[in-house]
Order: sequence, then C-alpha cells, then structure tokens
Amino acid sequence: MLGKEVSSTDEFLKGLWRENPVFVQVLGLCPALAVSNTAINALTMGLATTFVLLMSGISVSALRNFIPREARIVSFICIIASFVTAVDYVIQAISLELHRSLGAFIALIVVNCLILGRAEAFASKNSLGRSVLDGLGMGVGFTVALLSIGVIREILGSGSLFGISLFPDTFQTWTVMVLPSGGFFVTAVLLLLVNWLRNREVEAEKQSQEVAS
Amino acid sequence: MNDASHWSIFVNAALVNNFVLAYFLGLCPFFGISAKLETAARMGGAVSFVMLVASVCAYLINLLLDAVNAPYLRIISYILVIASTVQLVEMLMRKLSPATFRAMGIFLPLITTNCAILGLALFQTNRGYGFTQAVTYALGAGAGFALALVLMAGVREKLDLGNVPDLVKGIAAAFIVAGILSLSFMGFGGLGR
Repeated sequence: MLGKEVSSTDEFLKGLWRENPVFVQVLGLCPALAVSNTAINALTMGLATTFVLLMSGISVSALRNFIPREARIVSFICIIASFVTAVDYVIQAISLELHRSLGAFIALIVVNCLILGRAEAFASKNSLGRSVLDGLGMGVGFTVALLSIGVIREILGSGSLFGISLFPDTFQTWTVMVLPSGGFFVTAVLLLLVNWLRNREVEAEKQSQEVAS
Repeated sequence: MNDASHWSIFVNAALVNNFVLAYFLGLCPFFGISAKLETAARMGGAVSFVMLVASVCAYLINLLLDAVNAPYLRIISYILVIASTVQLVEMLMRKLSPATFRAMGIFLPLITTNCAILGLALFQTNRGYGFTQAVTYALGAGAGFALALVLMAGVREKLDLGNVPDLVKGIAAAFIVAGILSLSFMGFGGLGR
C-alpha cells in the first residue's frame, strides 16, 4: 500500500468486499453472531456499530496529533466508550423492546475489536475525509455481513423476515437456526462461500495474466 | 436483588449459558488461541483470573456509581478498570513467574478487548447479583470459558491430522466445530434451574 494512491471510492468499497470486516478479516464476530438471530436485531446492531465506527473514526482522526503515542489505546477506548454510551441511551429511547432483545450487546460494542482496530490502524494515521470514508465503508460492510447472517437465520429458524411471516403454517421451522449453534453454522457456510468466490477471483486473475504474458 | 442459589448461578454460567458457546462472548481468543492445547489451557486460566478480579471491581464500582447517581459512566469506568486489571496481572506475572509471562506473550494484553470480561461485568449488574453471587458467577463463567477453549483445542489438534479439503481448512472448519460443540452444550439445558 505504501506510496500507492488509493481513490476515495476504493477507500469506501474495500470495506464491502475486499476487506470485509466479518468475512475476510474475521473481526467483530461476537456481536455478529450473538444478535443475528433475527434480521431486525442484526440491522440495529449493524447501524449502531456503523455510527460508533464513524464517530470514533472522526474523533480519533481529528485528535490524532494531540494524543500522545503512549496513551493512545486508552484514549481511543475512552472515545469509543463515550459514543457507545450515547448509542445505548438512544436505542433505549427509540424502542425499549429492541433494547431488551439486544441486551448487553449494545454496550459490548466497546470491545468490538473492529472499532479499536480501525482507530489504531487507519484513523490515527489518515486525514479526516479518508477516515470518514473508511469508517462508513467498514460499517456498511459489517452491516451487510450481519444482515446476511440475520436474514438466513430468521427465514430458516422462524419462517419470517423482519417479523412478517413468509410461509404457510405447514412450514417446519429449523429451530437450530435460532439457537446459538445456528449462528456458527450459517457463518461457517457464508465463510466458505466467500472463500470460494475469492479463490475463483484469484484464479481468474492468474489466468488472465498468463494469457497476457 | 436476585435470589438465585449459588449452585444454579455456577452451573448456568459454566454449562447451560456458556459464555462462548451460548452467548458468543470472547470469540476472538476462542478462535485465535485454540490451535494448541497447552496455550489454550493457560489462556483459560488467565481469563478466569481476570474475570474474577473484574467482577469484584465491577461490583464495587457499581455501588459507587449508584451512590453518586451516575449510571451513564458505567461502560467507560468498567472498561478502564478492566484495562488496568489486565495491566496489573501482567506486571504481577512478570514479577512472580517470568516463564509463564513469556509463554503467554501478546495474548495477555489482548484480554482487555475480550468481550467475555466486559460482558460478565455488565450481566452481573443487569441481573442485580449480590457480592457472593457475583463472585460465583465469575467463577462459573471462567470455568466455562476455559472448558470451551480446551475442548476446542483438543478437537482442532486432532483435526490437523485429518484429511480436510483446502477450502474448509482454518477458520471455516473451526466455525463448524464450534457449532457442533454448541449443539452438544444445548444438552445441558434444564440443569441448575
């Protein structure tokens, strides 16, 4: 990456696919699995994480010249914890029911390694604009990943999507999908799918290079 | 005030609602350090210890925060206490047992971002556990975490010797194993009620 100019769109898009936080970097798994039993939970969690990611990215990037190197991790954690507390209270104000079903997992965004990882690896070294793009891209990538797990688990496990029933009553729901083990299985299958697609991409690139040379 | 018995709190935290396999907490070390049985056991021990200390600290902080009526400071003060506890454990370990300290390496400081520990502190507050209940809960959660980590490491050591397709190797295989482990832990449901 050194010395190479990265375009702004690329900065945003990399979070969606090439460096997808969940499926490629395998970061931030705990909330990804814990709250993805229904699509609406997954969406809320994704949006909350995106907000914290964006705001902490902005703050860290803006303050990056004032934070001493030795105290940076503690400062980052304090910044992140403040925004998480804000999100926690906002969700509680919007929907108490949603807040109850997400439980302590909103507060646990603090220790989502994805956010601290981006603050340390990106926002503390790059300008404000780039950090915003990076935070948004990673956040959207995280939300998409979470939503895809949530949608699969809700359709198979409860036979509904966003609470709307999809199948006639005769549909036998896969209870295992709502249980914790379903989260592991669905993620494993999605990881396999992403691995397979990426392998194919690499192969195709190799072949086109061979043809060219 | 919660009036659950100590036994049921322990069994619940360790087996029925295992932190890793039912609550998905602490997945990063669970997948990161479970390749070797030896390191897995050490990590389990260290995490259990930090959990115990963090639980006691969280209980005291909560008393303080309730006294000054500032619940919105809860998340930030918990995480700061956990970070300093980990630092303390690190210093103690370096002084008392340099060999173990070197063997743990980078994993020790990383315990700070282990969501199982912050999760433990938050859950015990949400449920309104008393002091001894909180300690029991921490012991159970730590035992459950260590158990899951050791089981996983055992399976993965065996899996290394097996004939696994390239595509599945690594993290995907670990997820499938975790899914099956989680299914088998469902069998404990109903215990400790």
